[in-house]
This record gives sequence, C-alpha cells and structure tokens, in this order.
Amino acid sequence: MTVADVIVQRRSKPFVALRLWSVLALMIAAFAAAPFLGMPQFVQALVIEILVFSLLALSLNVLLGYTGLVSFGHAAFFGIAGYAIGIIAIHISTDILVTFPLAVLVAALCAVPIGWLSIRLSGFYFLMITFAFAQMVFVAAFRWKPVTGGSDGMIVPGATLFGAPILGSRESFYFFVLAVFTVCAALLYAIVVSRFGRTLVGIRESTPRMRALGYNVRRYKLAAFVVGATFGGVAGVLNSLFNLFIAPESAHWTQSALVLVMVLIGGAGYFVGPIIGATIVLLLQHWLSSYTEYWGLVLGILFIVLITGAREGIAGLVMQGWNHLRGKGP
Amino acid sequence: MTAAVRTSRVSKSYGAFVALKDVDLSVEPGERRAIIGPNGAGKSTLFSIIAGQKPPTSGSIFIDGADMTGARPDQLWARGLSRTFQRNQLFQNLTVWENVELACAAHHRGLFKSVSRDALDDEIGGVLERVNLLGSHDVRVANMAYGEQRQLELALALAGRPRILLLDEPTAGMSPAETQAMLRMMIALPREITILIVEHDMDVVFSLADRVMVLNLGEVLADGTVREIQGNRNVSEVYMGKAL
Repeated sequence: MTVADVIVQRRSKPFVALRLWSVLALMIAAFAAAPFLGMPQFVQALVIEILVFSLLALSLNVLLGYTGLVSFGHAAFFGIAGYAIGIIAIHISTDILVTFPLAVLVAALCAVPIGWLSIRLSGFYFLMITFAFAQMVFVAAFRWKPVTGGSDGMIVPGATLFGAPILGSRESFYFFVLAVFTVCAALLYAIVVSRFGRTLVGIRESTPRMRALGYNVRRYKLAAFVVGATFGGVAGVLNSLFNLFIAPESAHWTQSALVLVMVLIGGAGYFVGPIIGATIVLLLQHWLSSYTEYWGLVLGILFIVLITGAREGIAGLVMQGWNHLRGKGP
Repeated sequence: MTAAVRTSRVSKSYGAFVALKDVDLSVEPGERRAIIGPNGAGKSTLFSIIAGQKPPTSGSIFIDGADMTGARPDQLWARGLSRTFQRNQLFQNLTVWENVELACAAHHRGLFKSVSRDALDDEIGGVLERVNLLGSHDVRVANMAYGEQRQLELALALAGRPRILLLDEPTAGMSPAETQAMLRMMIALPREITILIVEHDMDVVFSLADRVMVLNLGEVLADGTVREIQGNRNVSEVYMGKAL
C-alpha cells in the first residue's frame, strides 16, 4: 500500500458530517413548519426553552467535550449576558441590533480575564475556580440591587428594531430562536471540525504531547473558554428576551450543574450530545413535574445509570449501536 | 562549531535531595548522543530539563547557541527540538492518521499560513511510511498494540520536522523483535537530525550512539565514544561489575 493509495482510500469515504446535517436540517425544517401545522403555544414555549438550553449546553461542550475542561461555572456567562441585555435596554437602547451584540460582547469580554486566570489551573482546581467565579457573578447579581434589581430580579424591556417593537408574539419569537439556534449550531460545528477544533481535541487527549508539538496550549484553552462563553452569552440573551425577566438564579451554581448534567447525559464530545441531553432533561422536568415535585430524583437516577453504564452518554450509546450494526466492533 | 544542545553546570534539587549536580553536556550538530546510567542517576531529570518540562535549579541550557533556560516546550519546538515520551503521550481516541495530522499541522498554523490538503496528506503519509504504520492509518490508537504505539510516538516526534530529536527510552516495554525494528528505524533517520537518547537497552545504545554520557547519582561519571565507555572500569562497576 502506497501513500497515494491511502489518500485515495481516505477521500473515498462517505462524508459523515453530511449525514448528520441532513438529519438536523430535516429536524429544523420540521420545527419551522410546526407552527403552521397547529403547534400549540405551550409546545412552542417548550421548544424555545429546549433550543436555548441546547445552545447553552453546546457552548459548554466546546470546553468539556472538546477541550477536556470541566467548567462548573458556565452559567456565569449565561447570567452576565442576560443581565447585560437588560441593563443596555434600560439605559442605552432597546434596539436589538444594539442590545444583542453588545450583551454577547460583554459576556465574551468577561470571559477573557476569568478564563485567563482559570486555565492556569487544571482538573479539580479548574472546576473549583470556575465555580467560584460563577458564584461571584451570582452574588453581584443578588446584592447589587440598584443595577440588577437584587433578589427581585430585573424586568427586561422588549426588543425593538428601528423604534418598532418586535418579537412580541410567541410565534415570532419561536422563529427568531430557531433561526439564531441554527446559525449558532452551524458556527459551533464549523469551529469544532476546524483545525482549531481538532487542536482542542488534541489538548483533551494529551496536553503534554500538544506542548511538545509546539502548541501554545494556554492560548488555545483561553480561546475555547471565550468561544464557549460567547455562545453561552447568546443563550443568556435569548433567555432574557424570552422571559423579559432575569433573576440571579440564572447564574447560580445549580444552573451550571444542570447544564453540565445535560452535556454528560447527552454525550460530551459528540456534537449532538448536548442537544439530546438538554431535550431529555427539560422534557423530564416538564413532564414529571406535573406528577411529582421529586422529578429531580428520576433525573438523578438517569444520570447515575448513564455515568456508570455509558460514560459517553446517549450519543455515545447510539454511536456504539450504529458501529455494531455496521460491523465495526465495540 | 556551535553545539546543537549544550548544558552548563545544570543542577536540580528537590528540597535536600540533589537529583543533578553541575552537569555539562555538549552535543554537536548531527551527533547521536546517548545518556545512560542506573536507576536514580538523573537521566530523566536532565532529559526533562532539556525538553523544557522542568526548570533547572541552577545552570543554563543552550540550543544552537541560544540561551533557552526555562523555555517552554512550544518555544523549544520552534527552535527545532522535538521529543518522544517514555510513557506514550498519544491521542488515544483518534486514529493513527489523525494523530500525525495534528503533529504535521503544527507547522502550518497561523493566520497567514496555509497548506493545501494534498501537501498535508502527502506529508502525513510520508511520516507514516517512515515508521511502517501506513497500513494502520485508520486504526484508533487505543486499539493498537503497544509496539505500534511506540512507533507512533516516534512518528509524532518526526512530524515536527526536528533538527534535534530527544528520545526518551524509545524501546521501553518492547519485545526483542519490536526493539530491533525500532532500532532500524532510528538508525535510518537522516544524519542531519541531532539525536539525544536516554535508553536502558545497551544494545540499542551501542548500535545507535556516536558518544555516550554516563550519569551516576546526579553527576557525570564518564563521557566518551562507545568504545571508551565500554572499556571504562568505573562505568562497569556502576553497572554491577558487568562488562558493557
């Protein structure tokens, strides 16, 4: 076998990403058509919530699944952007062309010093420092009443475009979130399959080797941290615009834990894993909470079963089954 | 001629324990130098210091005449220094091809650098061919035999297009047949590559090295050609009275 033979063989392989995106494109088209086919408003609200948290989980997956950094404070950026859009809308402008990018920019800029300090640590210590930063954001939101509204939270003014109110109806917001989610998911996918994304995977797999190969590992980790925070910020903005309200709990450690659970249940390191995880967790929460207030117990049991029996989450189980069917071993 | 690698009075202490004491080493460009010594001699410590993994307590490291004391591994890599690890540091969940691709891509990163897919593929294929792993290009590293993983360690170091190659016990844990295959690969490396090798297998050392430095208890016991070291009585005594 020559080098040329191997290159030809590799290039003749089917493009896996095309299959994945075909499925996702079909799903997005179905979601886009659903309101015209009579999707009830409460289901639209549920889908909006799932898309917002899927985006938050996808952004965490850049850190957790691709770079191997277990952040326990990702909700901080969700909260920072959520508050930022409210504060900007109250004091500067409600125009979405101003509020949306500025709020996301605030989250990204906050991620630079937080990430710069955090990535100097690894493993358990990285987890704890991200937890500490998130709690600082929570305490600031909780105590800084003149700016954030404190424990009462903050009313977020509705969005406008060139002075005219927009996104006022549930249906229009549904399409807006679907469009933003699609664009962000496509961007995140492009990032994780790019050379930059493959470098992050290399860092996850062997940091000493990446250093020996000349990669400035800290720079890449910081970039991953900021990318994750930026898209987490987009999710925070969508959340505030949807609820027209933001409370300190959005940055609380329990929120960070919940999104971490979503990624792990769905499958860290698989692109669609966080979407699966967010969907399952939120569906369980909505469905079971109508029967029992102990819905968290069921979620806990599911989490324990998956963590002990299938560490690669549901996406990992599906991939194993698929490979088994194709006769590609375990 | 400027030495490719030079250490000047390098020492390393851990509290009261002195792991290395005033070690001077000079490796000429294109030379193949082995560092040997019994367990605890300080070989790995010296290796780690040269590779930028640990800073020396005192002393200096020069690469091609430039003072690189305390430099990070990526800064040393930019100077043309590449290394293998004693314990495999591979990307276990990626395929062999993807492993080498990450290593080759290191040369082509940067905003204003780009490389065509064809050129990168040719480069990856060439590296795999050199270490006899072309046939395993699609195998996930976690599913490979240990000996093949050691070959991939060498491939990743070579993909860095090194001028100076540090080999940390490249045949550790290998069967005799695998060791011989690895030795043949190392001997076949271009002479332009300066090699510094830490190795326990004396057959490998004496087959590959031009010169050998012997460390004992953190100090240089002997430094000379293979023949000089083989005939050195002090060295034989350190190796429990065995003739080398």
